[in-house]
Amino acid sequence: MTLASMKRKYEPRRVHTGPNGERVATSAMIASLEAEGYDSVPAPFGNALVEAARKDDKIVGLSADLAKYTDLHVFANAMPDRFYQMGMAEQLLMSAAAGLAREGFNPFATTYAVFASRRAYDFIAMAIAEENLPVKICCALPGLTTGYGPSHQATEDLAIFRGLPNMTIVDPCDADDILGMVPQIAAHDGPVYSRLPRGKVPSVLTRHKPDYRFELGKAQVIRDGKDVLIISTGFMTMRALDAAVKLEADNIEAAVLHAPTIKPFDTETILAEAGKGGRLVVTAENHTVVGGLGEQVARTLLTNGVTPTFRMIGLPDEFLEAGALPTLHDMYGLTTDKVAAQIKSWL
Amino acid sequence: MTEASRHHATSNVSLAQRAWNIRRKALLMGEVQGQGYIGQALGVADVLAASYFHALEYRSEDPEWEGRDRFLLSIGHYAIALYSVLMEAGILPEDELETYGMDDSRMPMSGMASYTPGMEITGGSLGHGLGIAVGMAMGLKRKSNPAFVYNLMSDGELGEGSTWEAVMSGVQHKLDNLICLVDFNNQQADGPTRDALATGEEEKKWAAFGWHAQRVDGNDLDAVVAAFDAARTTDHPGPRVIIFDTRMCKGVDFLESREITHFVRVEADEWAKALAKLEEGKPQ
Ligand SMILES: Cc1ncc(C[n+]2csc(CCOP(=O)(O)OP(=O)(O)O)c2C)c(N)n1
Ligand SMILES: [Mg+2]
Repeated sequence: MTLASMKRKYEPRRVHTGPNGERVATSAMIASLEAEGYDSVPAPFGNALVEAARKDDKIVGLSADLAKYTDLHVFANAMPDRFYQMGMAEQLLMSAAAGLAREGFNPFATTYAVFASRRAYDFIAMAIAEENLPVKICCALPGLTTGYGPSHQATEDLAIFRGLPNMTIVDPCDADDILGMVPQIAAHDGPVYSRLPRGKVPSVLTRHKPDYRFELGKAQVIRDGKDVLIISTGFMTMRALDAAVKLEADNIEAAVLHAPTIKPFDTETILAEAGKGGRLVVTAENHTVVGGLGEQVARTLLTNGVTPTFRMIGLPDEFLEAGALPTLHDMYGLTTDKVAAQIKSWL
Repeated sequence: MTEASRHHATSNVSLAQRAWNIRRKALLMGEVQGQGYIGQALGVADVLAASYFHALEYRSEDPEWEGRDRFLLSIGHYAIALYSVLMEAGILPEDELETYGMDDSRMPMSGMASYTPGMEITGGSLGHGLGIAVGMAMGLKRKSNPAFVYNLMSDGELGEGSTWEAVMSGVQHKLDNLICLVDFNNQQADGPTRDALATGEEEKKWAAFGWHAQRVDGNDLDAVVAAFDAARTTDHPGPRVIIFDTRMCKGVDFLESREITHFVRVEADEWAKALAKLEEGKPQ
């Protein structure tokens, strides 16, 4: 697959076959994240929100024709009178959430990450962020989590929202993060943008660190190691942890520092860990290398005079291909194997 | 050879047969992947047959021919339906059918202009088509090109504000070369369109904005053809819309009668059964 399909649209294709004539191409419909060896939790966001809403009667839920696809249907079914179906109108979704917040409510608005960050941006910026209103925008399909093509691949959502004053931004790794995050963002008195793994979501962090608890605004060391420090966010923390296990076989000790809160950024922990010296520092994110975690870490280090050898793992600055998700993760370097190989090549 | 209009006049393949062929190809593609937006493809097949084998002018071997009528698929998730008609029209080779949705295919799950001959715009983010159609209609007028711009959109897209900006603009700029086709299947991602924003009498709403508006049964080929003819030949000095009430899964009775959702699940063994059912209804 080339990165410039445009030039190939007039080139005929054939079904790819293996040595015995069997079909080898992977179906583009494979859309779930590979999370081998981890247990999963069904709809952690929806269930956590129902629980938070039992304690806070100001919580309401809204979606723009994507409740079923953002796990908000769990909330809608449990509390139908506190759910608003806004229709497929993302700008309205954000304006109406702002209006509800102005009247004292605590709205959770869901759609896909592309539609919040692209279509509805101005409405989030002016109606919500500028007024510092407590609207919680929770979005499925962050970064490269679908093979459906650029229309659904929110590769630059963190960059877009990082530029927005007042915004708190969370990129949870797994079900553990989501279950911890929902009550904490519900209690936060300001706008939040959260990425949202949906459906059956793996439980990763407590597997590696049984006493792990999500803390809004905090980065946490999940495992220690003397050769490499991987600073990661979102599901790339799962990849980083799996890569670290792989690297043990090569006698490489990789530490993983999970930084799910992108803004405000936990400068203190990042500096303390990266400042220890002697370790290659690698960032890993499910996002374009432009304007996400990597650049945030680079800025944090440089402006504080901490200058380790530094490398970034992330998506390239281009519109990505459509295809099967595992194919694309391999192509763009987000698989465990690719992460481990990259790190080895840098040592 | 081969302006399609000439082809239309001389072809002895009936529109009903074309629609049937489109449904069959869509089912075959669905079978390749084990899933797909098959409910939409079966529902809109009659509208596509009338578009490509009655209304549109194009050259199969030159999909970018300057004189072609532009056909915009605003609804990228309906790509499986458009691939079927593009194959039927000879714009895409039929022997690529089995690559549908595969890595390195020219037919990705969601329609994109950079991948597929005959796919005029990139869909997937809904609510884009009509605005682009307005611009293309303005551009054609500037070039004194008499071609029409058709925009196929869904009832869900009636919820997007961008749609209504374009609705007003089409009237403002007197775009009598713009024909909007709305597939009203009363379905969106979370449930029936009637429970979302399109609460009824859509044809009156478009007419009130200044459009030549018709509403017909989108699975009645005679009515569909008559509506296309009226939309093309009216002397209305502005844009035209046809709202097609369609039935998802049309033509495969056991799918039609199951609980319809946005993404109709078809079990692995049901594709062959669906193709057999379709066979029973093959036009004579
Ligand atoms: C701007 C935008 N918002 C949301 C979506 C997600 N989405 C994909 S299809 C769909 C339903 C839209 O309604 P319609 O096209 O009528 O659905 P169908 O008839 O195919 O069930 C939604 C909300 C999208 N693709 N684009
Ligand atoms: Mg619909």
